Formats: sequence, structure tokens, C-alpha cells
Amino acid sequence: MLIRKTHLSGENIPSSQITPLEAFHSATTDRRAFLARAGVLAAGSAAASMLPRRAFGMEPLKTVSGQFSTTEAQTPIVRATTYNNFYEFGVPKDQPAKNAHTLKTRPWTVQVTGMVKKPQTINIDDLINYRPVESRVYRHRCVEAWSMVIPWDGYSLSEFINFCEPLPSAKYVAFISLYDRKQMPEAPDDYNWPYHEGLRMDEAMHPLTLLTFGAYGQTLANQNGAPARIVLPWKWGYKSAKSIVKFHFTDKQPSTLWNEANSNEYGFYSNVNPKRGVRYSQERERRIDSGFPHEIPTQMFNGYGDQVASLYSGMDLMKNY
Amino acid sequence: MPNRLVPYIKALVHLLCLAPFFVELNRFRTGAFDLEADPVASITHFTGDWALWLLLVSLVVTPLRRLHPSLSNLIRFRRMLGLYAFFYASLHLLVYVLLFSGYDIQMAWDSLKHGQVAKLWSLWLTVWPGVVDDLTKRRFIQVGLFAWVILLALAVTSPNFMLRKLGGKNWQRLHRLVYVAAIAGCIHYWWLVKVGVKAPMKDTIALTLLLLARIGWTILKQRREPIPNASKAAQPAEA
Ligand code: HEM
Repeated sequence: MLIRKTHLSGENIPSSQITPLEAFHSATTDRRAFLARAGVLAAGSAAASMLPRRAFGMEPLKTVSGQFSTTEAQTPIVRATTYNNFYEFGVPKDQPAKNAHTLKTRPWTVQVTGMVKKPQTINIDDLINYRPVESRVYRHRCVEAWSMVIPWDGYSLSEFINFCEPLPSAKYVAFISLYDRKQMPEAPDDYNWPYHEGLRMDEAMHPLTLLTFGAYGQTLANQNGAPARIVLPWKWGYKSAKSIVKFHFTDKQPSTLWNEANSNEYGFYSNVNPKRGVRYSQERERRIDSGFPHEIPTQMFNGYGDQVASLYSGMDLMKNY
Repeated sequence: MPNRLVPYIKALVHLLCLAPFFVELNRFRTGAFDLEADPVASITHFTGDWALWLLLVSLVVTPLRRLHPSLSNLIRFRRMLGLYAFFYASLHLLVYVLLFSGYDIQMAWDSLKHGQVAKLWSLWLTVWPGVVDDLTKRRFIQVGLFAWVILLALAVTSPNFMLRKLGGKNWQRLHRLVYVAAIAGCIHYWWLVKVGVKAPMKDTIALTLLLLARIGWTILKQRREPIPNASKAAQPAEA
């Protein structure tokens, strides 16, 4: 089934993002300042040997420059593709990079179900081509108290939701990720797979909410949630569901996997909130960029309060966490 | 095991126990950490893992030597294994204080090179509120600290003159706390992982088996010698 296509308008900015090699070198040079040590050359050669073999399925992607980008130092692509939480491919953070090569991203379709004018199934390539893919550099804050700065490539989810034509009764949209034991033998049994997340409709329609197909000017690495994911920069990272196969529109608040696993810690809203640390303090975060990770204070809504705080006006965010 | 082999095996055990430390040090020296996204987390986990593993290995000694009289000189390794567990636990604590806490170690190092020693302290003051917050609110930190304090007490009382000073029985009672430390270490681990993550399971199973072996031994011994004679039952602390 074909989506109406708008031609890619505007300047097509070539994907001139950091290459893994450059990213790595900037990492070592910064680090050299820290504690003199022998074996600097050894570091270089060790690096060369472990370079992109961990990246799967990344191909150049045409992007235009987008809004909302931060100018903070970006996380090198090597780090963003080797330190991941994608439990379907194993729990330790280096595992998704090693295991996600089993993910088959073509053929791939995305289903639109529930309270919409017309339920339908969409081919992933039509979805990607539906709107110009924008490059947007967002902060990404994990609930484990580390953060990255990543140039994502996608377009606002609102554009796609408008295309889906939800009924006025639809108040929420749920995202369902792929779950296939054959492709994901490492997935622990203890969770209610498939991964499922969701947003209130006004959150989903917010221009910051990014339907994401790439990062660093390339299609998403499998371990980053290829071929399509959501990115919600003002929420804890787990809210940004990966490898999505279904959008379900509904009038009831969708249940979410982490909330089911531990409702005291993970709520439906999951807005970044430095004041609400359950397991860890969330007041600070380890920023992972090109140097040695350094600590910075965590901001309410991950620093996107100007854009999103009004979505929650009048709500007690300590209760509606 | 023949007694004359003990010094050689001791040297080997020293090497084995220090190997992880030197491997990690070498990773730092060669810049392998630069490739890692989150070396702070990985160093914290590395030292915590080895603290708990060596603690468990030290607990294997007693059940093992009960298996056969020829294994009884294994006792001569127990103290050093325990001390190595304490060594890694202390590194772990140091890593928490100097890295995990958010302490700006790079700036601290630069200031030190410029002779600004006071800066080390002022940097520490910026992370102190977070540490207090952890100590007062995070139960996984509390139970970890509890385990470390026990290990500290055992390390301090481990030399022979302390054994003599305390008297064998008191010393032994105190050193039974090693089981409490190991249990606290496992609880620490369970409390820090997310719900559904089973990473602490292997360590916990190992500890459970070791505790069961001990309980089983006690029951067996009581059956054999029904007259309660606590002082005789107590093992001489020969280490
Ligand atoms: C002295 C007080 C202690 C503090 C402040 C402390 C703190 C921590 C922290 C912050 C973490 C990492 C949490 C995370 O990243 O999720 C951790 C992990 C860990 N700690 Fe501790 N800890 C302490 C004592 C101990 C002791 C005494 C042991 C062992 C007997 C221990 C064993 C572990 C283990 C096994 C891990 C997990 C390693 C992994 O995930 O692979 N800790 N600890």
C-alpha cells in the first residue's frame, strides 16, 4: 500500500556527519589530556581494529536540517552504537551491538490500527519517504543516569498521525515493537513482550516527538532501533520505543512494559525529572560525548521545558511520574 | 596438599588475585577506555564484581577442606582471599567516591599538577550533597557500605596479633560476619539492578550453596556428637 508521497523539498544537505573514525580520534585526543600515559599509539591501532564492524544496516540517508537542535558536543557514533539498552538483544549494554545483526529490517511493514478512519498496513520505505527527513540533534537521557547527544534523522510524528486520520475519540497512541524469538533469542523471559509504549495524543502530536529512521545521516543501526523508532527527548530513554511494527490508536491509557514491570519506578509519563530518583539519584547525569564521561546537572524535562511544560500544566509531576 | 607446595601456590594465588587489577590498569594505560562509552560504569561494575567473587571464593575454603584431611592446609589461603576481596571492595568504594559520584577527576588532576591542592577539596564539596543523598536515600548504597564496613573490620582484625589479642573465640565470632557481608553484597547487587534483570543470580546461587554446605555440616556434626561442647566444636583459627 502506498502513501501519498511529497517530493523531498528544500536543500538536500549531504550527510556530512561525523564518521566513526573521526569520532574516535576526537575521543582519544581529548582523553590524552587526561593523565599522561604510555602506549598512545597502541590506542590508535586498537581503535582501528574495533571500528565499524559493530554497525549493522547503516546506509546514507538524505536529510534536511531540522529545528530544535542543540549545539552541545555530540556523542560519537561509535559510542552511540555500542552502548545500548535494547533488552530484546541482551541485557548487558554491549550486547545489542553484538547480537542485533539478526534483526531483519526488510521487508518491514507498520500497521495502523484502532480508532482511525481506515486501519492499514504501510511499507517502511513509503513511511520514510513520506516527508523530508530532518536532522535534529537532541539530548537523550537514560534512567540509568547517563546521557548522550545524538543527531537523529526523522520527521515529526504528528505528520504521520495526521496521515493516519485518528477518530476524535482517540486519546492515546500506543507503539508496539517487533518481537520475534527467532531474531531475538537473548530476550529475557521476565518481561511482557513485545515492547509496548504509548503517549497521550497531545504528546504524540508535539513537534518535538520524532518519528525516527536514522542517526548521524545514516539509517538507524539495528541496535538503535532500525528501521523506525520514536524519539522523545524530554522523557526517560525507555519511552522512545524501537523497531516499531504497530501504531494503535485508543481512548484508554495504554499500558507500558516498564510500568508493568515496576510501577513504583516507571510511570506512564516518564518525563525526565531530577527530583524523582527512586533507585538512583537523578539530579545528575554522566554525559557521554567524545571525551571522558563527565557529570552535569540533569534538567527538568531534560531541558525541553520551554516546549513541553505546558502539556502538563496543573499536573502534580511527582504523582504523575 | 603437601605443605612444601604452599608457598608456591600462595604466590600463584597472589598473581591470580592481582591479575584483574592489572588487566584493568592496562586497559587504562593503553587507552582502551577511550573506546568505551561509559568507563565510569564499567569500572564500578568491574571492581564490585571482583569484590563479590573473591569473597565467595574465600568462603569456598572451609567447605573444601572438610572434604578430606589432606585439604586442611587450604586454610592458609583463606585470609589472603578475604583480604583481596576487601582490596577490590575498597577500590570499588574509591571508584564510587572519585568517579561515580560525579567528582571531576580530570579537573582534580589538572589542579594537582598546578599545585592547587585546595581545589581538590572544593571539587569534592560540589559532589558531596549527591553522596549524602545516596547515603540517606538509596538502600543499595547503604547495604553496600554496610558490607564494606564489615570487610574493613575483618581486614583490620586479620593479623595474627589481633587474633591473639581478641582471643580465638571472639575472633571467630567476629569473623563469622563474613557471611553477613556476602549476603549484604548479594542484596546490594539485587537492589541495584532493574526489575527482571537476573545478573546477580549466579553469585546468589553460589552463596546459597555455600551457606547450605555450612548448615549441613553443622547438622551432621551435631548428630555425630550429641553432647554439646561448643568450645570443642569451634574450629581453631589457624590462618
Ligand atoms: C562501600 C560501599 C559501596 C558502594 C558505595 C557501592 C556502590 C555501587 C555502585 C554505585 C554500583 C553501580 C550501580 C550501577 O551502575 O547500577 C555498584 C555495583 C556493584 N557493587 Fe557495590 N558498592 C559498595 C560496596 C560493595 C561491596 C562491599 C560489594 C561486594 C561485596 C559490592 C559489589 C557490587 C557488585 C557485584 C556490583 C554490580 C556489578 C555489576 O553490575 O556487574 N559493592 N556498587
